[in-house]
Amino acid sequence: MSDKPPVISIRNVTKRFGNMVAVDNVSIDILEGEFFVLLGPSGCGKTTLLRMVAGFELPTEGQILIGGQDMAGVPPNQRPINMVFQSYAVFPHMSVADNVAYGLKIAGVERSELRTRVDEALELVSLGGLGARMPDQLSGGQRQRVALARGLVMRPKVLLLDEPLSALDAKLRAQMQFELAELQDNVGITFVTVTHDQDEALSMACRIAVMNKGDVAQLAAPSDLYEYPANRFVADFIGSVNIFEGKLSVDEPERAVVDCPELGQVYLNHGVTGAHETTVWVAIRPEKITMLPVGQAKAKDSPEGSNVAHGQIKGMSYLGDITIYDIRLDSGRSIRVSRPNLSRWDQDEFQWDDKVSLCWHPSSPVVLLS
Amino acid sequence: MNLFKRTPIAPLDYTRRLWMRAWMGGTLFFLYAPLIVLIAFSFNDSRRNIVWRGFTLKYYGKVLENDALMAALGNSLTIAFLATLFSILLGTLAAVMLWRFEFPGKAGVEGTMSLPIVVPEICMGVAMLVFFAKLDWPTDLPWPLNLSAITIAHITFCFPFVAMVVRARLASFNKEQEEAAKDLGASEWQAFRDVLLPHMKPGIVAGALLAFTLSLDDFVITFFTSGPNTITFPVKVYSMVRFSVTPEVNAASALLIFLTILLTSVALKLQDFTKATA
Repeated sequence: MSDKPPVISIRNVTKRFGNMVAVDNVSIDILEGEFFVLLGPSGCGKTTLLRMVAGFELPTEGQILIGGQDMAGVPPNQRPINMVFQSYAVFPHMSVADNVAYGLKIAGVERSELRTRVDEALELVSLGGLGARMPDQLSGGQRQRVALARGLVMRPKVLLLDEPLSALDAKLRAQMQFELAELQDNVGITFVTVTHDQDEALSMACRIAVMNKGDVAQLAAPSDLYEYPANRFVADFIGSVNIFEGKLSVDEPERAVVDCPELGQVYLNHGVTGAHETTVWVAIRPEKITMLPVGQAKAKDSPEGSNVAHGQIKGMSYLGDITIYDIRLDSGRSIRVSRPNLSRWDQDEFQWDDKVSLCWHPSSPVVLLS
Repeated sequence: MNLFKRTPIAPLDYTRRLWMRAWMGGTLFFLYAPLIVLIAFSFNDSRRNIVWRGFTLKYYGKVLENDALMAALGNSLTIAFLATLFSILLGTLAAVMLWRFEFPGKAGVEGTMSLPIVVPEICMGVAMLVFFAKLDWPTDLPWPLNLSAITIAHITFCFPFVAMVVRARLASFNKEQEEAAKDLGASEWQAFRDVLLPHMKPGIVAGALLAFTLSLDDFVITFFTSGPNTITFPVKVYSMVRFSVTPEVNAASALLIFLTILLTSVALKLQDFTKATA
């Protein structure tokens, strides 16, 4: 994938609205054929960035290249990209087929070719046979498919999607996540999606740019974002996590120790490139912590190595597939542990106020420097 | 039947309380009794309008044979048509401007635009009279042109209504639709024609009907701007009344009422449609 040239090149782009910096010196290369996701909380500048690529906003500084061409001064109607809007923006006074045909009509595509291409596009989004319907006779999910077909029929270099699934209910959203990813795979068009929903991003993306306050906090593949977050913002934004502040006391190539006042000594089986005594943060995912009744941990001599902490269960939330425990450590801090309910009785093994031992493998914690 | 249901009256069931019904009945009576009397007596077979002498349609025939009255009606319809046409153009463009753009003095423009609606008609009439006199507007032009002064006056108070209705319609427009059109390759004009205009259409039609009826039955402003050769229908009816209130006047008025009711109900229907599709 890396030998292909980037289809979209965002170079040092800054966007200011008055005094407010919406996008702050962002550089991203989006590769041909990938499913790229811009992920971030609301107000992080992700939609502004997308609208700049589409041409509805102009960058204050910097350059946007699409297919190697500078887009400065190119209006939205002349860019080789199409967009699916958050509201879908399906034209209510046109039939489904006319909606999909609109761009082709403007482009002056011949009637017979227009018909076949519209039919193909409708077939592609499984709306075959619904061409004569009016938008108000469609469900929300179907309207979104119309918006998708309307963009895809133009065979753009890139399809931009602004929060494509946010208006759908949870079940349909989960289904559409798979369909979108599959569709993108079939048509081979580069998709750039904006979302604030991490599940959506993780399930669909080839690569994700996590944005925070106009800046790219991390750009990586979904599993790398989750397992190797670059900073506290990403660790916290993607999934749930326990973060403890500490000082690096031992740092060798194969071993490191972080002294966390609230957790104790955390042993790692790898080195950390940081100076001795610098402040670092240790992040541990709730599912990577093993919970045992307090007596058993000693008996088994901590199967997860030397990382052990003790506490008392102060909260439980049973979610069916997993149970999440809120445990008050001896230091007074709370830590979150999740436990899969592998058998039908697993949730009964621990009760409120049980004293427990927590242990985790020295490879599990992530050390964050910022 | 619901009206005579024996169930107890619920606290918010105001429409089933006697005092409320009496009040409503009284209101409706004072609103519509004069109109009903007017229309009923247009069928009265008598020179005088006081005693009922039997049913006839002959005064409707007389109205239709009255050349002066028919000429006035022709004038009225011509003025209403032209005033509506220009009101649509001006009003729609004004609405789009106020909706789309932010510019210094926008609040002022918005305020002054609705001024013709709130200024008393008599003031508007006098103002128009003074204005055209000062301009020395020619009054002896050949037929449709001699109506120009009245038409201009009518456009002045009609187009703000069109602007208001269209503006209200535009408030429900999803700007992403226009962006979607441009994203699909449409130029500014194509996006306006294919997306914005269809959205405004019910508002424009409703505004047009409003303008047409307002222009058709305007008396006060027209009275001040009309000359001896440019009598409109309402002005003519007024002059007929000054001699005597014959069933012929009733018939003429009834015709105007029917026309107005018809157009207003079409306008209301279209506004319902506007709401339903917003």
